Amino acid sequence: MTLTAKDVAEITRLLEESHFDELYLEVDGLKLSLRRGNGTAAVETRRRPNDASPPPAPAAADESMHAVTAPLLGTFYRAPKPGAPPFIEVGSAVAKDTVIGIIEVMKLMNTVRAGVNGAIVEILAQDGTLVEYGEALLRVRKTAAA
Amino acid sequence: MTIERIFIANRGEIAARIIRTCRTLGIEAVLAVSESDRDSLPARLADRTVCIGPARPTESYLRVGTIVHAALGVRADAIHPGYGFLSERAELARTCEERGIIFIGPTSAQIEAVGDKLLARAEAQAADVPVVPGGAIASLQEAAALAERIGTPLLVKAVGGGGGRGMKLVERLHDLPDAVQLAASEAGAAFGDARVYLERYLPRGRHVEVQVLGDGCGRVVHLGERDCSVQRRYQKLIEETPAPGLTESFRRRIHAAAVRIAERLAYRGAGTVEFLVDSDSQAFYFLEMNARIQVEHPITEAVTGIDLVAEQIAIAAGRGLRLEQPDVTIHGCALECRVNAEDPTQDFRPNPGRVHEVNWPAGCGIRVDTHIEAGSTIPPFYDSLIAKIIAHGDDRPAALERMRQAIAVTQIRGVATTLALHRGILADPEFLAGGVDTGFLVRHLSRARLASEADRG
Repeated sequence: MTLTAKDVAEITRLLEESHFDELYLEVDGLKLSLRRGNGTAAVETRRRPNDASPPPAPAAADESMHAVTAPLLGTFYRAPKPGAPPFIEVGSAVAKDTVIGIIEVMKLMNTVRAGVNGAIVEILAQDGTLVEYGEALLRVRKTAAA
Repeated sequence: MTIERIFIANRGEIAARIIRTCRTLGIEAVLAVSESDRDSLPARLADRTVCIGPARPTESYLRVGTIVHAALGVRADAIHPGYGFLSERAELARTCEERGIIFIGPTSAQIEAVGDKLLARAEAQAADVPVVPGGAIASLQEAAALAERIGTPLLVKAVGGGGGRGMKLVERLHDLPDAVQLAASEAGAAFGDARVYLERYLPRGRHVEVQVLGDGCGRVVHLGERDCSVQRRYQKLIEETPAPGLTESFRRRIHAAAVRIAERLAYRGAGTVEFLVDSDSQAFYFLEMNARIQVEHPITEAVTGIDLVAEQIAIAAGRGLRLEQPDVTIHGCALECRVNAEDPTQDFRPNPGRVHEVNWPAGCGIRVDTHIEAGSTIPPFYDSLIAKIIAHGDDRPAALERMRQAIAVTQIRGVATTLALHRGILADPEFLAGGVDTGFLVRHLSRARLASEADRG
């Protein structure tokens, strides 16, 4: 996740309209600190020194949000073969054993299952890219346990 | 072939050590980390980390497919395996060869040749290097006949073992059949190779090894020897170079023997040829060859001024040997003390945990290779080495004095360590005299125990 200039402007506006003097935000290794000064807000953003390691699955503020993480390192594929429709799309309903993708390690294909019941909210991992162990692949809004 | 990005398939101090040379050479270092090493010091030093799996090594650092896939995935030019883990698995070197990524080390065939201890013995003999009396055994009858010839005490060793793993000491011939059967079944389980062989045991042996570098085309130089006789159950604790008390002619002969073996293999990269030196007869025998960078390589770097990891990388990149033998000169003496998170008063039980406070020594002639700082956690899944303290001086007394002062200022709070044991050894007259055999540490420990009992009594 990255913060755009628009996001920062929006956050600055929120701070200005609030009764707080300082705001400190840390999202996925990106740190933003804002301070209300003499009419101008000091903006300071800083990347975590080791920005390459994947952020751990974001702790969802919303209890019903769940991140499906990679059970092993490998190349993530969203479809069973090139050109085939993806296993899931945003909005798809999934059950615990629904296959959501494949992770290939040296030609060995490993199916990845959702592990929860719910609906896909966001797909984070790109098709055909290297995913690390524990990297968030997609986000699911959980439904009550079946 | 230039190497611009190296994937490091290791952890701990050696990962930090390799990253340092990468930085010097302007090479990007991508570090494989298990889940429990994400926040380690090497992880912070690396240009990038890739999480390869859970903490347990069999699910992360020991997975050949995952390591190669990750290295290819980050478009690394080469893999540095460090020591331990996959460094001497022919499978990793072979997979790299097949997938067109450079393995920083010997060829898979060379790893296989030295990994099979009987094959390595045969290579040594063919290179006109003496081996300890012994040989292969195919049956208990053969074992009995061979044992009769070489005499006791003797060792039953695993063909696929090495580094002291899978060894049984036999003092009386009638214990031989049981020892052979036990060693074979253990070797089968541990190394997937139940073959064993016999070697005479030399109780007054010293462990002396020679560092070599080969270009892979038959040219080899040596970088002197290291004495690693201060060990317990084949785990080295203190190493030094040069080996004390050897004559110049003996030194020349043992160096030449190591070079002959490596030349015969057309060895590529950094390797170590281990010898048993008989203190009584002043003879040496080939033991085995290690196809990797050694834990104790910094003492060789201290006295030669040569960065061994940089040479490994240059050879792997196809630049060959950048040194001729006369370019290698030995200056002074260097020692290394291994600081392990182990409790010597509890039979060296590993003592993982959190290090609250740490103070490493510094100064002229002192080097510390470590991955530990205040707040670091020592996970229970890996070996217990937390630091190597290296002291270099113009001669042995100067190096010893620097080491004593370095150990005296070192503080580690939170876990039990071998520091106090080092202080004791550095004051032991037998060690100070130089040239101890591999039985020294056991003698030192029992003397220390007696002394402390006398103090209490």
